[in-house]
Amino acid sequence: MGVFQSLGRSGLRLCHMIGSIALFIVFSLRWCLIPPFYGRQIVRQLIDVGYYSLPVVGLTTLFSGMVLALQSYTGFARFSAEDTVATVVVLSVTRELGPVLAGLMVAGRVGASIAAEIGTMRVTDQIDALETLSTRPMQYLVGPRLIAGTICLPILVLIGNIIGVFGGYLVGIYRLGFNSSVYLSKTLEFLEFSDVMLGLLKAAIFGFIIALMGCYHGYYSGRGAEGVGKATTNAVVSASILILIANYSVTALFFG
Amino acid sequence: MTDEKKRNVKIKISNLFKNFGGDYVLNGFSLSLKKSESLCLIGTSGSGKSVALKCLIGLLSPDSGSITVDDQETIGQSRPQHEAMLKRFGMTFQFGALFDSLPVWENVTFRLRQKEKLNKKEAKEIAGDILSQLGLAHQVLELFPAELSGGMQKRVAIARAIADKPEILLFDEPTSGLDPITSGVINDLILNSVNRLGATTLTISHDMASVRQIADTVAMLHNGRIIWCGPIKDINHTGISEVDQFVNGKPYGPLTTNKRETLQTKQTEISV
Ligand SMILES: Nc1ncnc2c1ncn2[C@@H]1O[C@H](COP(=O)(O)OP(=O)(O)OP(=O)(O)O)[C@@H](O)[C@H]1O
Ligand SMILES: [Mg+2]
Repeated sequence: MGVFQSLGRSGLRLCHMIGSIALFIVFSLRWCLIPPFYGRQIVRQLIDVGYYSLPVVGLTTLFSGMVLALQSYTGFARFSAEDTVATVVVLSVTRELGPVLAGLMVAGRVGASIAAEIGTMRVTDQIDALETLSTRPMQYLVGPRLIAGTICLPILVLIGNIIGVFGGYLVGIYRLGFNSSVYLSKTLEFLEFSDVMLGLLKAAIFGFIIALMGCYHGYYSGRGAEGVGKATTNAVVSASILILIANYSVTALFFG
Repeated sequence: MTDEKKRNVKIKISNLFKNFGGDYVLNGFSLSLKKSESLCLIGTSGSGKSVALKCLIGLLSPDSGSITVDDQETIGQSRPQHEAMLKRFGMTFQFGALFDSLPVWENVTFRLRQKEKLNKKEAKEIAGDILSQLGLAHQVLELFPAELSGGMQKRVAIARAIADKPEILLFDEPTSGLDPITSGVINDLILNSVNRLGATTLTISHDMASVRQIADTVAMLHNGRIIWCGPIKDINHTGISEVDQFVNGKPYGPLTTNKRETLQTKQTEISV
């Protein structure tokens, strides 16, 4: 009996959470479209989410591109297909690794900071204070972050892709001894516009997920420092899981 | 109540109930404020004063009860109506609730700058004027809340609440944790808002000295309801032992014994 009870309770809690996230999305999107628009907040978030994430995303994709070149060389050397290394690197970086790694790294960095900031505002009554000062918290806090997340991640991923491919190129030329112009032409030969676009579409979705989870968990943060800590953890964990799920779903949808 | 008197009622809270996880913090809370009246709400720590204030302004929704402002029911009103009502209120929170990411001058003029276009210089001037009334120098304008002392934060929060001269002011412990001189300044400011601007004020306070200074009327909250409400001059002769204990700050008495028991014995004495 106890098992069913706790199963039922978890099920109900999950339904409640899905419902409240859905409502949260509807409200925040609605407020995104209605004036006043807080331009300064949007700019601040663009800088926070986009500009300051550049080092993290750049380093992650650089080393991923490098290790990818090494590993695929080892693998393909076993059946004498070493010259596909360039193609493998560029396709995996643009279609998969770039968006997912950037998404996960930014989820850790930005998701956490959004949840902590909004959560702190919640527990110190700043969100209530906004309301009493005739400002809708959804519009002032949530909207700009959702917009910034959705815009910034594709840009970050595009830059990350270039850096990742460049990392592969460095290893290819200096470590594996490829000819530079051959490597470059192989890189571009099989790359299609749709590969890049698919990666960027994923990135936009991930950016939305990260900002959404940060805002949602921060907004409904429990009381005290412990509440904010939990909100931060939940934001990062749920954003990471949702990113991986969304990644598979989008890939499966556009597969082929 | 005559018609004349009725018209003077600004805020009427009746029979409010509010529970958190089954614990009733407000348990039939009723209170009314006349126009341009300064009412002080007193009560022991944790008795639900802040919750009552948040229910009044609509930040928390009570389980049941009614709140009217100028004879207009505010519970269950639509969002635009609620937003319009909030514009008439100014409120300070117990712990300041200043916006961390904005400097002092932007905090103070936050609402003003949404109402009218103010450039930076004008906004800073206005903020500086209000803050100087509260004894804060111009240098604080550019500081961030984290760089201020607790008492300074409190004063900035008060400046923010009164900046656009709302008709109803709610202060949650405006003088707690302040030195006597600064408390005096804030008490004067509250009196001034009431007397000169005709604001209706509801102040939560633990500090009997400042209560005596600013209150026209005092109401005491205990076990989720008002156990006494009357003019400040009567506070020493209420005949209610809880009020006596609170006013005289005695460690032993009905407030510090079994709560449920006192609730039942006092239910008959409520007179609001
Ligand atoms: N958001 C909330 N969730 C759960 N319980 C709450 C919440 N807000 C207040 N309470 C509970 O309500 C009770 C009254 O709290 P409140 O803050 O109104 O006290 P108070 O009278 O303002 O006390 P103090 O003088 O110390 O500020 C407390 O027991 C508190 O735990
Ligand atoms: Mg309180």
